[in-house]
Amino acid sequence: MEDERSFSDICGGRLALQRRYYSPSCREFCLSCPRLSLRSLTAVTCAVWLAAYGLFTLCENSMILSAAIFITLLGLLGYLHFVKIDQETLLIIDSLGIQMTSSYASGKESTTFIEMGKVKDVVINEAIYMQKVIYYLCILLEDPVEPHGISQVVPVFQVSTEQLSKVFSPKKICYLSPFSAFLLLLRFSRNVNSSCQDYLRTPDSYF
Amino acid sequence: MVLKAFFPTCCASADSGLLVGRWVPEQSSAVVLAVVHFPFIPLQVKELLAQVHQAGRVELAVLGTWCHRRQGAEESLGHFLEGLGTIFSHEPWLQLCREPGSKLWSCKATRRQVPPRRGAPYEDQVMLVFYDQRKVLLSQLHPPAALPDRQAGDAAPSAGGLAAVFDTVARSEALFRSDRFDDGPVRLSHWQSEGVEASILVELAKRASGPVCVLLTCLLSLVSAASACRKANVLVSVLLDVALGLALLSWLRGKDRIGPLAEALVPVADHVAEELQHLLQWLMGAPAGLKMNRALDQVLGRFFLYHLHLWISYIHLMSPFIERILWHVGLSACLGLTVALSILSDIIALLTFHIYCFYVYGARLYCLKICGLSSLWRLFRGKKWNVLRQRVDSCSYDLDQLFIGTLLFTILVFLLPTTALYYLVFTLLRLLVVAVQGLMHLLVDLINSLPLYSLGLRLCRPYRLAAGVKFRVLEHEAGRPLRLLMQINPLPYGRVVHTYRLPSYGCHPTHSWGSLCRKLFFGELIYPWRQRGDKQD
Repeated sequence: MEDERSFSDICGGRLALQRRYYSPSCREFCLSCPRLSLRSLTAVTCAVWLAAYGLFTLCENSMILSAAIFITLLGLLGYLHFVKIDQETLLIIDSLGIQMTSSYASGKESTTFIEMGKVKDVVINEAIYMQKVIYYLCILLEDPVEPHGISQVVPVFQVSTEQLSKVFSPKKICYLSPFSAFLLLLRFSRNVNSSCQDYLRTPDSYF
Repeated sequence: MVLKAFFPTCCASADSGLLVGRWVPEQSSAVVLAVVHFPFIPLQVKELLAQVHQAGRVELAVLGTWCHRRQGAEESLGHFLEGLGTIFSHEPWLQLCREPGSKLWSCKATRRQVPPRRGAPYEDQVMLVFYDQRKVLLSQLHPPAALPDRQAGDAAPSAGGLAAVFDTVARSEALFRSDRFDDGPVRLSHWQSEGVEASILVELAKRASGPVCVLLTCLLSLVSAASACRKANVLVSVLLDVALGLALLSWLRGKDRIGPLAEALVPVADHVAEELQHLLQWLMGAPAGLKMNRALDQVLGRFFLYHLHLWISYIHLMSPFIERILWHVGLSACLGLTVALSILSDIIALLTFHIYCFYVYGARLYCLKICGLSSLWRLFRGKKWNVLRQRVDSCSYDLDQLFIGTLLFTILVFLLPTTALYYLVFTLLRLLVVAVQGLMHLLVDLINSLPLYSLGLRLCRPYRLAAGVKFRVLEHEAGRPLRLLMQINPLPYGRVVHTYRLPSYGCHPTHSWGSLCRKLFFGELIYPWRQRGDKQD
């Protein structure tokens, strides 16, 4: 069962959220981030090459131009391989754990799996970014040494969405964002078995 | 909790039989290790499990039945398998079934003892997790925060979560010794069943390699008690070092470069000495437009010039022996590139000995001046340093003490720029030489401490070094159990280097940037290669 919605991120780019329901104990959320725009790529390349040409007219050394080409190529490859995230996927498997996969534009995939026993809690964090407040989902991990402490705070999606927004569904207007409902999902699946089963069996009218 | 059944991918095509493995009640997970085929005698199966329990201290049991119906199979097989549940009692009893020629599986986990609760299902919901048994057996989990008191040989596998799966497979090696193709009492299917070689020579080689590996590990364990990976890293680093050294040696001897190198060395040393002479002449004049105290300037300049003249004579005395020395140093490169680099660093230290001497003279003079100035400044203000209490106290001086003190203070203040300039110039030269030597030490350290074997292992066999696991949801249909594929998530390269980095001896600076600046300002001598535990003078 698949479902797709579109939102916008803090910089205004389009985001698409896809939800897949595999079984009562397994769900997947897939967030597609905005692609690399041709405009920004052209702008950066032109800027670098103009600067290199300016240096060339000063120094009369043709190595600068070749170096500029190499820098542009390597920089683009490095950006695509290490920085530009194409898609982020969150797979929740009941009583096994939570898996977060980030796939980069160059095809690289980096996966982290957090076992259910290590998850202490799931929270929505507020942060002030420039002039607005953004909300992002975090997983709190347990500290093996100190039972009441927290060892790590793991943000779920690196690309965060705008503030909680109204979501329209065919049946009713729901004022929960997909992420706060998702938060409820995680909370219940961790603690109480039976209510987890009940919750997961109902159709997603919460979304 | 959902019941998780970890099923090895190698058994997915095996014939029907019994499932043997370990049941972990805390996580409600069943780790299937092998499938026992018909015909079998239940007593022998139980004996085998007891043997494995003794060898690996892991509690195995018969977990359930595996049914792989071929075309034209009888229905009675199903009933027969159900009857086996009475012989081997286990809670819960797993029944896995696979349709012929399709990817559809069906799983049932039944509990007999627990009375059915109202509204709760009699059967547990089952989730199938496939895992590659060979890779899980060979891999080593690297948890993100390893507790220091965790021992390798715990009484029971107490690892939590998925580490329990890895632990179980690793401890059950005794189970994997006999195969379904062997003529043992019990016929098992596990990871050894796939990949049976077609050639008898390869099979014999595989059998022979077992004792050879055991012998090698014994020999290595005699050498040191460190883990196998660490020993391999050290061995590979040493081999690389020697290989690079031999390459350097062949390059030096190839075009007979030692002669021209030795001939070029003395003129280079002469050139450096000449440049230093010009520098001193410049300092004795009006350096950068600053006006120096003429008398002190001339004294210091002449002293350093004489020292330099002695040094040049020493170099000229040594020049006939330089080629022989360089030839022997080149020969030492066959012991390793690091040896050659260290000797080179020492040669640089010897050749720049005069710069070191100038730095020490300048620093001592400057330090004395600063001490005198600070003490006389306190006298100027009417205070003194209390050595007993280690603090500044007020003191009433006599008039003649004050007079002499103030005079000396003014003399020292006006001579400060000259001494400070000499100190600054020679300190910069010394720091330059130290930087060059430091780079060489860094390179030596890099060659020695880089874990090349672990990096090679990460490149060629990434499943050996595991940071964790990752799951993939396989094709599934509504009504059927969820099927996941568990793959090994390899350790990132940065963490490999960090975990397996060999200890490096003696390259860490003992002081931070702040204390270094402080020492430079007060003229204290800097010893860059002194270790933390050495005696202070």
